[in-house]
Amino acid sequence: MAQDDGDFPGGGGSGRRRRNNPFDNIDLGRLGGKHLAGAAWLLGFGVLGLIAFLTSYYQVESEEVGVVQRFGAYVRTTEPGLHMKVPLFVETVTKVPVRRQLKMEFGFRTTRAGAQSSFAPPTSETRAESLMLTGDLNVAEVEWSVQYRIKEPRQYLFHVRDVPGTFRDMSQAAMRQVVGDHSVDEVITIGREGIAAEAKLELQRLCDLYGIGIEVQQLVLQDVNPPDPVKPAFNEVNQAIQEKERAINDAWAEYNRAVPLAKGQAEQSIRSAEGYALERVNIAEGDAHRFAAIQAEYSRAPLVTRRRLYLEAMTELLPKAGRRIIVDDKAKGILPLLNLTASSEKANP
Amino acid sequence: MKSALLVGWIVLLGIVTLASTYTLSETEQVVITQFGRPVGGVIATPGLHLKTPFVQEVHRFDKRWLEYDGDPNEIPTRDKKYIWVDTYARWRIADPLRFYQAVKDEIGGQSRLDDIVDGQTRYAIASFDLIEAVRSTNREFELTEELQGIGSEEARAKIVTGRAEIEKIILDKAAKITPEFGIELVDVRIKRLNYVESVQQKVFERMISERKRIAERSRSEGQGRAAEILGEKEREVRSASSAGYRQAQELKGKADAQAIAITARAFGRDPDLYQFLKSLETLNATVDKETWMVLSTDSEVLKFLKGSSPGASR
Repeated sequence: MAQDDGDFPGGGGSGRRRRNNPFDNIDLGRLGGKHLAGAAWLLGFGVLGLIAFLTSYYQVESEEVGVVQRFGAYVRTTEPGLHMKVPLFVETVTKVPVRRQLKMEFGFRTTRAGAQSSFAPPTSETRAESLMLTGDLNVAEVEWSVQYRIKEPRQYLFHVRDVPGTFRDMSQAAMRQVVGDHSVDEVITIGREGIAAEAKLELQRLCDLYGIGIEVQQLVLQDVNPPDPVKPAFNEVNQAIQEKERAINDAWAEYNRAVPLAKGQAEQSIRSAEGYALERVNIAEGDAHRFAAIQAEYSRAPLVTRRRLYLEAMTELLPKAGRRIIVDDKAKGILPLLNLTASSEKANP
Repeated sequence: MKSALLVGWIVLLGIVTLASTYTLSETEQVVITQFGRPVGGVIATPGLHLKTPFVQEVHRFDKRWLEYDGDPNEIPTRDKKYIWVDTYARWRIADPLRFYQAVKDEIGGQSRLDDIVDGQTRYAIASFDLIEAVRSTNREFELTEELQGIGSEEARAKIVTGRAEIEKIILDKAAKITPEFGIELVDVRIKRLNYVESVQQKVFERMISERKRIAERSRSEGQGRAAEILGEKEREVRSASSAGYRQAQELKGKADAQAIAITARAFGRDPDLYQFLKSLETLNATVDKETWMVLSTDSEVLKFLKGSSPGASR
């Protein structure tokens, strides 16, 4: 009763209250006391019942499963949908997103994913993650990401504490082990795919060994670079390779310009020699035939023909000469024949 | 008054119930002590359990694999290279009773692990060359053409132990010590391995000079190859044009020979006539405007000038 009185605001002695408040009714107070006791019980059970009701069902989203523990002990795993459970703290549910693909980044952090993802500036933490020793004791900066899925929710929840931290450690150990078995050139250029595949295998092996209930779906090497101070030297190599290619290409161009030309010219000289050969033979044949013909006629009257031929030739020849001098071995000195043209015509037989 | 009593009883019952039961999660195990003395061994079955209220105390321990992350240590390898080694380990409380007695709680456990794992790591790393801690196998590196024959000596060094084996050595040795603290060490791995700053600078310098070597070689290879191609060009050009010349000369020679044979055969019938005709021809070809002709009156053309009448000569 005293408790009930205390509930009234400004409550003091009942007599004083009666005096101050004419509407106050003692009967009502007594009557209310009995009712209030009943109401308190009712309210208590009601609240308890409400809480019990509210904690007796749960909903599992489509990408999750619910792991139910009764007094801490695992009892069942439930699929997406609405489910009943023993209320209050007797059964508790932990929802595990087994169908969601989770992603972890190493050596970089995406701040906003999308068509144009933005990345956080490198911190000492990400730098420490990415810097690693290669098998030829060089240094490379490797950034990678791992996509994974929770395969065994029970293992995931109960077997290893701090699964994300463990997974992060494992991934780094696996990647460094694989990179440690490759040369810096393999890491940066030719061996990338092989390294990703090997690291994925190693990481999955560790997951199975630790029993953390994770399935590695994809391991992707992102940016793989030589450390900043060494980068210019690496670029220089690329440049030198370009230069090499260019020098070789230039030389081939020169080759291709000169050799076919030389071959063509050689072919030309052969063709022209063939022409010469034909010409020579033809001329020789012609000369031979002509001579044979002349000779055939000549042989009939050699002396006459000979003289005739000689004179004919002279006739043709003498006018061509610029100066003509006729000497007689009996005459003293030389007698210039100034008007030989006329006299030669005279001399014509 | 009656209902107040009822409430009192209910509250009391509740308190006693709570004090005499405890729940154990899948991830937990407990040790029960009675006035500080352990009783009843280790309880690791998850679910609801009973205990004597008020006098027994429950000490909970995690049953899962627990994390341990070593501090990065600067350690010299056997070949005197200073590196940072960062290991991680996973462990579990295998014997909670001993664990409780030896180290009391996880913080105590972690500090023991610090001593043990760090010590074994230091010892193991220091007894091997750096390459042994980096590489796991003796696989040959793949090389691109321009890298052939380039690379540090260490790149070709063979390992006998390897990273995985060193990790196993650390684990085995450390795991021998931990059971006395009720701890089972399940795995130790080298998480990170890096050069200390001063060594790193040297390595960078080496990498730079190695790259410069590759670049230089690539350039001179390019020039060499270019010279080779130009040489080949020269050869091809000379060979083609000389072959052409040879063939042309052969053809001409053959034709000349043929021509000589033909004409010789023809002219051979009357060499005298040939000589005569050829002389005339030559004479004809030699004479031009600049020529001074000196003719004897004895010559065939003029001999009749001398004689009084034709036919009187000779």
